[in-house]
Amino acid sequence: MGSLGTVWSEFLGWLPHVQLAHFLIVSAIMFSFGLYGVATRRNAILVLMGIELILNAANINLIAFARYGGVNLDGQVAAMFVIALAAAEAAVALAIVLNIYHRFQTVNIDEVSSLKE
Amino acid sequence: MTPDTLLTLAVATLLLPLCGFVLMIFFGKRLPRQGDWLSTSVIAVSLGMAVVILAAKIGSYGGETLTLNFTWVDLHNVPLIGPLPIILGVAVDNLTAVMLVVVTLISTLVHLFSIGYMHGDIRYSRYFAYLGFFSFSMLMIVLANNLFLLYVGWELVGISSYLLIGHWYEKKSASNAAIKAFLVNRVGDFGFFLGIAMLFMTFHTFGLREIFEGIGAGRLPFESNWWLTAAGVLLFCGAVGKSAQFPLHVWLPDAMEGPTPVSALIHAATMVAAGVYLVARIFPLMTADALLVVAYIGAITAFISATIAITQNDIKKVLAYSTISQLGYMIMGLGVGAYSAGFFHLVTHAMFKAGLFLGSGSIIHAMHNALHHENDHATDAQDLRNMGGLRKAMPVTFWTFVVYTLAICGVPLTSGFLSKDEILAGTLAFGGMSGHVIIPVIGFLVAGLTAFYMFRVVILAFLGDHKDAARFSHLRESPMVMTIPLVVLAILSVFVFYSFNPFDASDSWIVRAVGRPDSVVPPSMAAPSTEAFEEAAHGLHGTAMLLSLSVAGIGVLFAFVTYYWRKINADAVASALGPAYRFLLNKWYFDEIYQAVIVNGTLALSRILRWFDGNIVDGLVNGTGWVTRGISSVSGMFDTYVVDGIVNLTGYLSGVGGLALRKFQTGRVQSYVIFAVLSVMVFYFVFRLI
Repeated sequence: MGSLGTVWSEFLGWLPHVQLAHFLIVSAIMFSFGLYGVATRRNAILVLMGIELILNAANINLIAFARYGGVNLDGQVAAMFVIALAAAEAAVALAIVLNIYHRFQTVNIDEVSSLKE
Repeated sequence: MTPDTLLTLAVATLLLPLCGFVLMIFFGKRLPRQGDWLSTSVIAVSLGMAVVILAAKIGSYGGETLTLNFTWVDLHNVPLIGPLPIILGVAVDNLTAVMLVVVTLISTLVHLFSIGYMHGDIRYSRYFAYLGFFSFSMLMIVLANNLFLLYVGWELVGISSYLLIGHWYEKKSASNAAIKAFLVNRVGDFGFFLGIAMLFMTFHTFGLREIFEGIGAGRLPFESNWWLTAAGVLLFCGAVGKSAQFPLHVWLPDAMEGPTPVSALIHAATMVAAGVYLVARIFPLMTADALLVVAYIGAITAFISATIAITQNDIKKVLAYSTISQLGYMIMGLGVGAYSAGFFHLVTHAMFKAGLFLGSGSIIHAMHNALHHENDHATDAQDLRNMGGLRKAMPVTFWTFVVYTLAICGVPLTSGFLSKDEILAGTLAFGGMSGHVIIPVIGFLVAGLTAFYMFRVVILAFLGDHKDAARFSHLRESPMVMTIPLVVLAILSVFVFYSFNPFDASDSWIVRAVGRPDSVVPPSMAAPSTEAFEEAAHGLHGTAMLLSLSVAGIGVLFAFVTYYWRKINADAVASALGPAYRFLLNKWYFDEIYQAVIVNGTLALSRILRWFDGNIVDGLVNGTGWVTRGISSVSGMFDTYVVDGIVNLTGYLSGVGGLALRKFQTGRVQSYVIFAVLSVMVFYFVFRLI
């Protein structure tokens, strides 16, 4: 437990030293996961979740740049917009998925390739 | 009467027949009697006004010229000339006033005569309309005080003559004669036009008085006396055509295809006299040389046509050649300087020659009716050999015809004697002064020939017995409407209307009223002055009278010996003189020569031009077409292989590109995302490199 306390206190001591780069690394990791999900999942719902990850990676970037880049609150405002948009997008996208399901009796997007025609 | 009233009357005299023409041509057929009364009364009113004008003019104005000018068009500033108003107008002098009466009088009588002669014609109202149109045109010539209006009238009488000669255009010979008359006149008019153009170029005006004043002030066409003579001769060309002078006389005999009253009005009394009137009008600008040309043309014409007249058998042809011959007389009279005499002869000739034609019309009418009655359509109603003895059937026609014949032969107590004697005295004086003795010789010779052929007509037509008794029983005197004009003209062929002294025309009112105008040409070029000429002519009247009477007497005697007493057999003489007789019978072969030289020459030229057209012009056109086609096919190949090739290549490349690119369109959104991400990465590196 002592060690856990030590780690925690060390972490707390390190926190002020967190730099922009760390946020960007986290954001990049999240973006990569999101992209990976979008590109590989067959299930439309999972693809949508990947998209959410990508959007939130962007949000992290925006807020990080706002905090460290000296652009006041603009970044936070943009992030708020992105969150609102993401909510709207999720609603619309889920509606689309529902419609697709109605039409094709599946949400496997490999089978829904009529866009090709 | 004020000058204004007089001029207004003159213009009214001119325009009335035009109004009559317009009414007749549009409404003539619908009027009662097809409107003959309208035309006739219109021209009769014109006659009345013309008489008033003549009386007022000679009575109150003497030798004055009354002028009415108006600016027809004002060409404000013409380069090289400056302001150029074209001023036209009418003028009334004694010459005009006399002509007005002559034209309207003959026209009225011919209208009257035509009512009888043209009765039942298919184009009765149109005939009267054209007569009115002719009267208008002729009056325009008479009244014009400038060459422009004169030329307009000149052409209008030409066209009305054409229309009236071709009145029976269903007859091929009539339509041909109309065309011939028109075209031959064209030749003369071309010269006339050149003359007008030359004078206009020099003086910048059409006004005759202004031109005379210009010449009098020493301005000459192209600064040269020679060109002044040329201008006179060119203007005279118009007269040669219209008055049927040698060498353009060939149209007048053919013009006899028209109705006989038309021949009387147009081709005997008035239109053909327009040429003489023109020479009288332009007399002041004629140089001595130009007048010599005029005199010789007149003399040659008088001689040629008199010789032809002897041999013709068609009564109208004889009269036609006699007309040409008498016109030659007038022209000759003017040419030698006997100005008043030439014009005087115009007036007297208009009366008796119109009478002769109307008389012959009366004969033809009667002959035609008689032949029609017998259902004989093969016999020629105009051939003298088919006549004879008409005296008993047609006394009025006979006696009036005799009066006219005496007048044309120059027998004393007639009008023709007065005027002819004046002309012959003039030629004698001219021959004596200038040495051109051939002219008086021809003058007297023609007087003899005239007496011979005119009495030949009278004897053959009226005297003796008619060969065909059945036909003779159907011959009737013409109706009153035709005989009245004959009687009027016969009365007007008596001396008393022209001069109270039957043996001397020099105090005739016409000769006194229409004095010879002073010449305006430079003195070195001018003909002998009026005084010198009259001095020379005065003493010669007696000689001229004796000579002319004796040659006329010889002519008449020969006619009686040959055709009445038949002491000389005309046929035997004709065959004895074979070639000469045929030469005259064929009218000196003028028609044949013109056919060979001018008509065939024109046709040959046309053929050459057609060849040129067919081979050279068409060749050029076809060559151009061929070259264009060659260029087009090259351009077509360029189009097919180069332009189309590029287009097709573009299409092909697009197709190939599409085939390659369609592989990327999988329809799977995820692969699109991958492409997008990969593209962003590619662009990132690419832009970084840049």
